[in-house]
Amino acid sequence: MTATTAGLGASRSRPIDAVAGWARRNSWTASLIAFLVLLLVFTRMIQPNYGATGVQGLAISVMPLALAAVAQAIVVISGGLDLSVGSMMALTSVVSASLMKDQTPEFAFLVVVGVLLLGLALGAVNGSLVVLTRVPDIVVTLAMSFVWAGCALLVLRTPGGGSARWLRDLILGSAGNEWIPKAAVAVLVIVAVIWLPLRRSRLGLSLYAVGSNQLAAFRSGVSVGRTKVAAYMLTGLFAALAGISLTASTGIGTPVPGPYTLQSVAAVVLGGVSLAGGTGGVFGPVVAVVILQLIRTDMTFLNVNTNLATVAQGVILVGVVMIGSLIHIRRSRA
Amino acid sequence: MTATATDLLLQATDVAKTYGAVVALRSASLAVRPGEIHALMGANGAGKSTLVKILTGAVRPDRGTIVVRGRERTAHSPADARRHGIVSVYQEPALIPDLDIRSNLRLTETPNEPFRHWMHELGLGDLDMSALARRLPLAWLRVIDLARALAIEPDVLLLDEMTAALPANLTERVLEMIGRQRGGERSVIFISHRMIEIAAVCDRATVLREGETVGVVDVTQGSEERIVELMLGEIVKDTPAGLDGAAITARREPGEARLSVRGVSAGAKLHDGTFDLHAGEVLGVVALEGQGQDELFDVLAGSERPSGGELRVDGKPVSFRHPADAIRAGLVYVAADRAEALLPQRSVRENIALPLTTGMRRWGLINVRRERRQVDEAIATLQIDTRAQREVRRLSGGNQQKVTIARWVAGGVHTMLCFDPTRGIDIRTKQQIYVLLRELADAGAAVLLYTSELKEIQLACDRVIVIFGGRVVAEMDARDADEPALLRAAYNLTADAEMPELEASAAIAAEQAGDASTEAAAAGPPER
Repeated sequence: MTATTAGLGASRSRPIDAVAGWARRNSWTASLIAFLVLLLVFTRMIQPNYGATGVQGLAISVMPLALAAVAQAIVVISGGLDLSVGSMMALTSVVSASLMKDQTPEFAFLVVVGVLLLGLALGAVNGSLVVLTRVPDIVVTLAMSFVWAGCALLVLRTPGGGSARWLRDLILGSAGNEWIPKAAVAVLVIVAVIWLPLRRSRLGLSLYAVGSNQLAAFRSGVSVGRTKVAAYMLTGLFAALAGISLTASTGIGTPVPGPYTLQSVAAVVLGGVSLAGGTGGVFGPVVAVVILQLIRTDMTFLNVNTNLATVAQGVILVGVVMIGSLIHIRRSRA
Repeated sequence: MTATATDLLLQATDVAKTYGAVVALRSASLAVRPGEIHALMGANGAGKSTLVKILTGAVRPDRGTIVVRGRERTAHSPADARRHGIVSVYQEPALIPDLDIRSNLRLTETPNEPFRHWMHELGLGDLDMSALARRLPLAWLRVIDLARALAIEPDVLLLDEMTAALPANLTERVLEMIGRQRGGERSVIFISHRMIEIAAVCDRATVLREGETVGVVDVTQGSEERIVELMLGEIVKDTPAGLDGAAITARREPGEARLSVRGVSAGAKLHDGTFDLHAGEVLGVVALEGQGQDELFDVLAGSERPSGGELRVDGKPVSFRHPADAIRAGLVYVAADRAEALLPQRSVRENIALPLTTGMRRWGLINVRRERRQVDEAIATLQIDTRAQREVRRLSGGNQQKVTIARWVAGGVHTMLCFDPTRGIDIRTKQQIYVLLRELADAGAAVLLYTSELKEIQLACDRVIVIFGGRVVAEMDARDADEPALLRAAYNLTADAEMPELEASAAIAAEQAGDASTEAAAAGPPER
């Protein structure tokens, strides 16, 4: 115990120590960040023009997937998996776009709140079905992904609708310094406001407990069913945030789900969250999303065939995760 | 010990193994003669499991040589070790839960006839070979595992805690079977925490302490003392015997019972649980395997709903729909199987804090400072070794069990339900747990302690109840509850009853047919 108390004491006096402590406890995320920095340097080398504009474009293009990755991370931590993230994004995106089009800013605000509640409701349906029917998560959420995708097409047959001006302003452009894109700030604020307090709450501990060992959680007085439903609701909430950000960044709602579901799973794995549940956080997946996107950008700069770029992305994903587990094995042996 | 290498069946010399910063084996040696039953002894964390894993090829040593019948062998896998003639029966039965017994045997290419022969010898000759492994009780699975190993006719048979969690009648059969291996060409390496079994069947004992072989003892009358001395090192004087004086100082508060159980029934096995548990006492529970004690504890802990009867806590009737209800009423549960209780990838702190918040407003924020203080106090009280605190699965078995107890101590104990909390734990930790239970009782808590080790009753309890066939059949003062008395009561012997073993095993066979607790155990995660 002395190690922790000492670490805490030191963190008050020297922030450097606190950062070092954080990096030691989250070595996977720390190495991801280091990798991202290297990747940025590399990008700058192959494309000297890559600057503030590039970073802004990166942040905006990454924002929906980053939020989707957080959504997926939460449910995976609790021991589940949600294959309807992409469809929920499509549904919430078209609902917000069709309701906001040509409306007053005040009404648009109500729409945003309503869509977030819709996200919670979609997640509650997913979670309740998983808990009540005891059908495996993958089956339930795969089935529901068709339902939500169908609903999205019922709301809006073709891409359309619009986004409120203030919503677009909230994520487009830069905040103060031209190097700080608003979209990145928005993601960080959303995650900080929702996830950080949650992590320190009883629900947060319950999420990890249920993901780690359901029986032990049950025996310790945790309501497993309620925790699972809550996890899916949070996933729905973040999927709705991702959907709204999609509408805001493109200015329209698109009823056909993008490749977000599987990419969110990829980001979660790359972000250091075990698919078996119980470990990891949401920050790693966000960094992983940025890395995956930046690799794509670099491939474009290097004039690599886009199909080949997709192959390369898969290879990198497998490679990084493999190296990660090799390091893990070596460390626990040597 | 002047035997030359060729006289020995198995010789391991100077074997070492480290995991990261943790030294599991410093320098272990083991020499087994043909035809002997050799005990491998050591407190938890002494390196027994690691040595076994190295001998059976599950783990590769950093250093050292292993010689089988005069030829140096390095096993790269359990299959490899088997070809060299070394077969092990692990603590967790190595049977695939979703396959029937026949398929399990085919999987390991076990010859059928010898297997049936050994099953017959071990008293389970009428086993249904098409039964799914997950439907059989844990005790049977272990016996099946043993029969399977015997059928292969290995040169060296390794038995790791073979008798833990076996009912008395099966234990007897197993020990007899092991004893019969003596004097032949083959040898048995026997690992057990039960000194009485070591004395009964073993010829010699190799003692490990902190990853080193500290002595080889001929097992004779009175050699237990010497073995314990070697195992414990300098703290010999703290053997459980020293606890006797303190143990029997029941301080029962007069008046209403803390927990009053009346005619509680559940499932097919528990018919009439009736007893009172008072504040300030440790009440022992003794029963043969499968007499309804699992159900009784599940009901009291809120994991299972009773089909009849009444529970009162401090005089007020209660009914639990969920463990959280029981915890709020002050009834907390310590399981024998750590896999049922711990979050393996989470930290010691989180594991202890997990139930601390049950009493709080649902899903509210955790008071970090208060939680930290309570957790630290609990860690100090239980003397938990927190070097590997970031992931609880890296702790030793004894320390893991302390964590499962600490999580309740942190919140203050009202009534603690301990289900065989010392199963498979070293003497020193066991003793710390006895002392802790006593301290809790002295501080006004009520403790219910089921144990499969009859010796524990006199060491740790004030009073004991005995369950047989789902009913409480006897109650006695711990002072009168020596092993013979408890055994008689556990078999529900009237003065002139005959053939107790047959009766009891018939009763067990009838009642164990669908033991749910086996599933969790059989499907449990492999040890890392």
